[in-house]
Amino acid sequence: MIAIVDYGVGNLFSLRSSLGFLGAEAEVTGDPERLRRADKLILPGVGAFGDAADKLRATGLDRVLLEEVDKGKQLRGICLGMQLLFERSYEYGEHAGLGLLEGSVVPMEGRLPGELKIPHIGWNALRYTRPHPLFREVEEGSCVYFVHSFFVEETAPSIVATAEYGVNVGAAAAKENVMGCQFHPEKSGGVGMKILRAFCDMEGKA
Amino acid sequence: MITKRIIPCLDVRDGRVVKGVNFLGLRDVDSPVKLARYYSECGADELVFYDITASAEGRKIFTDILREAAATIFIPLTVGGGISSVEDFDRVLKCGADKVSVNSGAIRRPELIGEAAKKYGDQCVVLSADIKRVDGAFHIFAKGGREDTGLEAIQWIKDGVARGAGEIVANSMDTDGVKGGFDLELLERICDAVRVPVIASGGAGSMEDFTTLFKTVPEISAGLAASVFHFGEIPIPELKKKLRADGIEMRMEA
Repeated sequence: MIAIVDYGVGNLFSLRSSLGFLGAEAEVTGDPERLRRADKLILPGVGAFGDAADKLRATGLDRVLLEEVDKGKQLRGICLGMQLLFERSYEYGEHAGLGLLEGSVVPMEGRLPGELKIPHIGWNALRYTRPHPLFREVEEGSCVYFVHSFFVEETAPSIVATAEYGVNVGAAAAKENVMGCQFHPEKSGGVGMKILRAFCDMEGKA
Repeated sequence: MITKRIIPCLDVRDGRVVKGVNFLGLRDVDSPVKLARYYSECGADELVFYDITASAEGRKIFTDILREAAATIFIPLTVGGGISSVEDFDRVLKCGADKVSVNSGAIRRPELIGEAAKKYGDQCVVLSADIKRVDGAFHIFAKGGREDTGLEAIQWIKDGVARGAGEIVANSMDTDGVKGGFDLELLERICDAVRVPVIASGGAGSMEDFTTLFKTVPEISAGLAASVFHFGEIPIPELKKKLRADGIEMRMEA
C-alpha cells in the first residue's frame, strides 16, 4: 500500500486518482500507524514552505517520516513535498526542512533573466544529470508539468534531472530511498503516468 | 526550455458543452468528459471548464462532471464561472480542479483574490479579465462582458497580481469572435505590466494566428480558444506541429 501523507496541505484528489488509475493501492492518511504500515510514502504539498514545514512538525509526522526513511522505506516528495526533503528554504525568511537531502530551496526572483515569468508554470523538458530508475521509461526531453516560484539549484548533490528556465532548475532529486519531483507527475499526462508507475514498481526495502 | 501551452476552453451549461462540437470522427459530442478526454489525447496542454450554469442544480451537475473528468484525465484543469467566495474555490478544488479562475466575483469583491491565494497559494488563483477598448482606453467588463465597470484594465490586472493572482487570462472582447487574430497590442501591454504568466484569449481564427501571437509577443505563455477547436477548424495536433516547425517550443507527446 502507498500512503499519501495528509498533513492538511494541498489538493490530493489528482494524486489519489492517478494512483488508482494505475491500479495501485493508495490511501490518503495522516495516521502515524497507517504510515508506518505503508510500503511506500508520498509527501505531497502546495503553498508556502514555512506553513507546510510547521504543519509537519505540529502533527509530529516529520518524526514518523524520518524514522520510516531510516528503516529503508521509500519516500517520494512531489512539488513542495520535494522541497521539504531538503535542509532549508529561503521562501519568505529561512525555514528548516526535513534535511534528508543536502541543499537549499531558493527563490526564482532575482535568479532568472528578467523576461521570464514567475511562477514557472507549464510544460518543460526533462534533462537527466544521471540515470535513475524513476525515469527508466521516459525519454530525455519529455515534457512534464511544473508550477512553482522557488527551486533547488542543480548543484545540490542529489539532483538527477533538471529543466531549463533561464537557469537549470532542479526537476528531480534522489538519494537512496528518498526521491523528489519538483514537477507534478499526476498532472503530466502519459509521461507522468510512466514516472508514477515506475515509483509504484520500485522495490522497497521495508 | 518551457513550451507554449495550447488550451481549449469548454463552456458547460446543465452538464453539456454549450453549442456542442462537430469533429471529424467525433460527431455531435456534447459530453464534457468525453470532449476533455479527446482533447487530452490530442495533446492539449491544459483544459478550462467554464461553468455558465445559473441554477444550483446545474452547479451540482457541473461538479459531478468535473470529478469524473479529473479522475481520468491527468493534465492541468482550470475551473471558472460563478466563483465568488473561498467556499467556491473549495468546492471545485475538492472535485479535482488545479486552478480556479475568478472574474466578476473578484470585481465585486477584490479581497477574494488575496483570501484564496493565502489559503491555496498564488499558483491556484487565475485572474480572468474581459477587456474592451472604450474611448481609447482599455476597460474591464463584468458579467460575461455585459457591463462596463469603468476600471482601467492594466491597473486592474496589476492590482490583481499584487493581491496574489498567479496567472492572468486576458480575453479581448474586441477581437473575440472575429477570428482575425489575437489582440497583440493589449497582450503586449499586459505582459509588460506583470511578471506572472499571461494566457491570450479571443480572436484565434487560424493556425497562423497562434504563430503570430507567440512570435510577436514572446512573453505570452499560452493561447486559449474554444470554437475553433470544438468545430475542428484548428486541429490541435496539426497546430502544435506547425508551431514547432515555426520554431516555437511545443510539447509533442500527449
